[in-house]
Amino acid sequence: MKTRAKDINEKVTWQEVTTGAEIYEPATSRLVETGDWRVMMPVFKEENCKHCMLCIPFCPDSSIPVEDGKRLDFDFVHCKGCGICVKVCPFDAIDFVKEEK
Amino acid sequence: MTKRLNEAVEIRWHGRGGQGAKTACLLLADVAFSSGKHVQGFPEYGPERMGAPITAYNRITDEHCKVHSNIYTPDYVVVVDETLLKSVDVTKGLKEKGALIINSRKSPEELRPQLKGYKGRLCTVDAEKISMETLGRNFPNTPMLAAVVKVSNVIDQERFIKDMRESFEHKFVHKENLIEGNMKALVKSMEEVKVG
Amino acid sequence: MAIKDRMSGNEAVAIAMRQINPDVMGAFPITPSTEIPQYFSQYMADGEVDTEFVAVESEHSAMSVCIGASAAGARAITATSSAGLAYMWELLYVAASARLPITMAVVNRALTGPININNDHSDSMGARDSGWIQIYAETNQEVYDNFIQAMPISETIRLPIMICQDGFITSHGVSNIELLEDEKVKDFVGEYHPENYLLKSENPLAVGPYGISPYYMEVKRQQAQAMKDAMPIIMDVAKRYEKLTGRKYGFFEEYMMDDAEVALVVIGSSAGTGKEAVDRLRAEGKKVGLIKLRVFRPFPRVPLAEAMCKVKAVAIMDKAESFSNSGGPLFNEARNSLYDLPNKPYAINYIYGLGGRDITVEDYYEIYNDLFIINETDDPGDVYRYVGVRDSRFGERGFDHKKYEE
Repeated sequence: MKTRAKDINEKVTWQEVTTGAEIYEPATSRLVETGDWRVMMPVFKEENCKHCMLCIPFCPDSSIPVEDGKRLDFDFVHCKGCGICVKVCPFDAIDFVKEEK
Repeated sequence: MTKRLNEAVEIRWHGRGGQGAKTACLLLADVAFSSGKHVQGFPEYGPERMGAPITAYNRITDEHCKVHSNIYTPDYVVVVDETLLKSVDVTKGLKEKGALIINSRKSPEELRPQLKGYKGRLCTVDAEKISMETLGRNFPNTPMLAAVVKVSNVIDQERFIKDMRESFEHKFVHKENLIEGNMKALVKSMEEVKVG
Repeated sequence: MAIKDRMSGNEAVAIAMRQINPDVMGAFPITPSTEIPQYFSQYMADGEVDTEFVAVESEHSAMSVCIGASAAGARAITATSSAGLAYMWELLYVAASARLPITMAVVNRALTGPININNDHSDSMGARDSGWIQIYAETNQEVYDNFIQAMPISETIRLPIMICQDGFITSHGVSNIELLEDEKVKDFVGEYHPENYLLKSENPLAVGPYGISPYYMEVKRQQAQAMKDAMPIIMDVAKRYEKLTGRKYGFFEEYMMDDAEVALVVIGSSAGTGKEAVDRLRAEGKKVGLIKLRVFRPFPRVPLAEAMCKVKAVAIMDKAESFSNSGGPLFNEARNSLYDLPNKPYAINYIYGLGGRDITVEDYYEIYNDLFIINETDDPGDVYRYVGVRDSRFGERGFDHKKYEE
């Protein structure tokens, strides 16, 4: 049985999946790079940011890291580019642009 | 009556919802169990309504009884409420050598014309009168149970009286008068049941 | 020393529950299983158990409580019947696929249409493919014994389990029983220590994840394997129980099968009535036998087929319709199990006992008689039949083999 999320992929056999499809570790969604799904991307304009933290709870993918009471730039490995943070920012501190890949 | 090995004594109870025929049926199962028998006590279930006719059954055997069907040819039929004689065919399937036991103040001779040519043994006991005299209220269960034990002889009668006293002493531990009242009802019913 | 007593099947199950003292019970009352949580509530009020009883507004929630409690690491139980079981439907699959060892007392009752509260097996038979182990009982004694064996089976293999008994017939019928002492039951069942559970703080766990198509089928295949692997566990637990009580249990019980020419396969309380018919026919020199199926899930395909092959004609009795145009659920699986065997018997289906319709010793005479006719004529006729139903084509007994031929 493969018990670590990193070992579970579309090649595991029925004998190897966990009993009842249980997941034995937290935060396994970190392993999924949802940033790849992005079409539009937010751009953090630090000069306008008052660090009011309103964008943090609205982000559905926990992709806005916070350190010492200040928000940092986006976690683009996981940000799907939904734009909710852009809508809720009262200080025009986030732009929303088409991502060039 | 000659019986097959482990053949059951089968009893059918007729009563009305709320009168305690089911309780009497389960009481009989209890006392037969206490005397070392194998027992079944089961009511026929449907929507239960106060006053509606109900049926309950007992099978009493020496060894484990395998059958789980209803009873169609009982050895004994007990009618807890005589008004049922008008609406229910109480003698249906009753074995020739069995007996019909009815809670009534009438004698067997007076009741027989109501029984559509039934020729078998007919017993009556005035359970209401006995209950009123001994308990001050109309609880026909105890006298009817005693009458069934007396007529059917399915369990040893002395043992029955002893077991019932223990059962009442347990049930009415703080109600001395109910223990004595029920015991009187029991004995009186066994004395007064009329066999015709 | 066994404790000799007399009681109803519902009380027997409630006593087994009290003796086990599980962690959580989520239940909603429905006839004829209502007495089980009712008795159990009394034990709680009397301080005899310290179970957390969750009173819910529906059976959907009752099963949800059990799933939540079981995932959290608790030993969870419930009881239900008929429409209550139907209302649990989607959760039954959730419990089984999450491999949660929940124990459910099912008191079998017909499903409505027309409205009916009496016994048949349409409720649990309808849930037969939900991934639960199903064990059925003939008597009060058996349902008590089965309930005590339930958790050692279900917790070992990690599958939920239904302990079924016939509504009213055994659930409300009072008869003799031998109970075990509380301590013996506690020792036998043991304490529940799952390896992983939600409240185990040192080991974060997620249960019931989304299983997209690249994973769903592997999970289901593993679940099917668990049902297969439950077979030896059921036998091990039965052997251990026999050592404790002297009462022998298996996937099924063979009654007078060794030299039988014809036989019945039947589930539940009606097997007792069938055994009485066997006794009386044997007294007349007729070589008849009976197989009482105890474990329906997992289906004991191979051993059951071998047992049925001892006779030339077998009547497979279903207390549930499938409306499949090809017989009831037991018939289909039992007959299917015979397919690969060279000397298979004729296998005839009888639908009986729906919605509380009684089946009597005399009904069984008819069926055995019919099997003998099939033996003599080498002609099974229509294999999908009813017994105990009024039929304009036939006489009062509602069945006549010869007339089936017309």
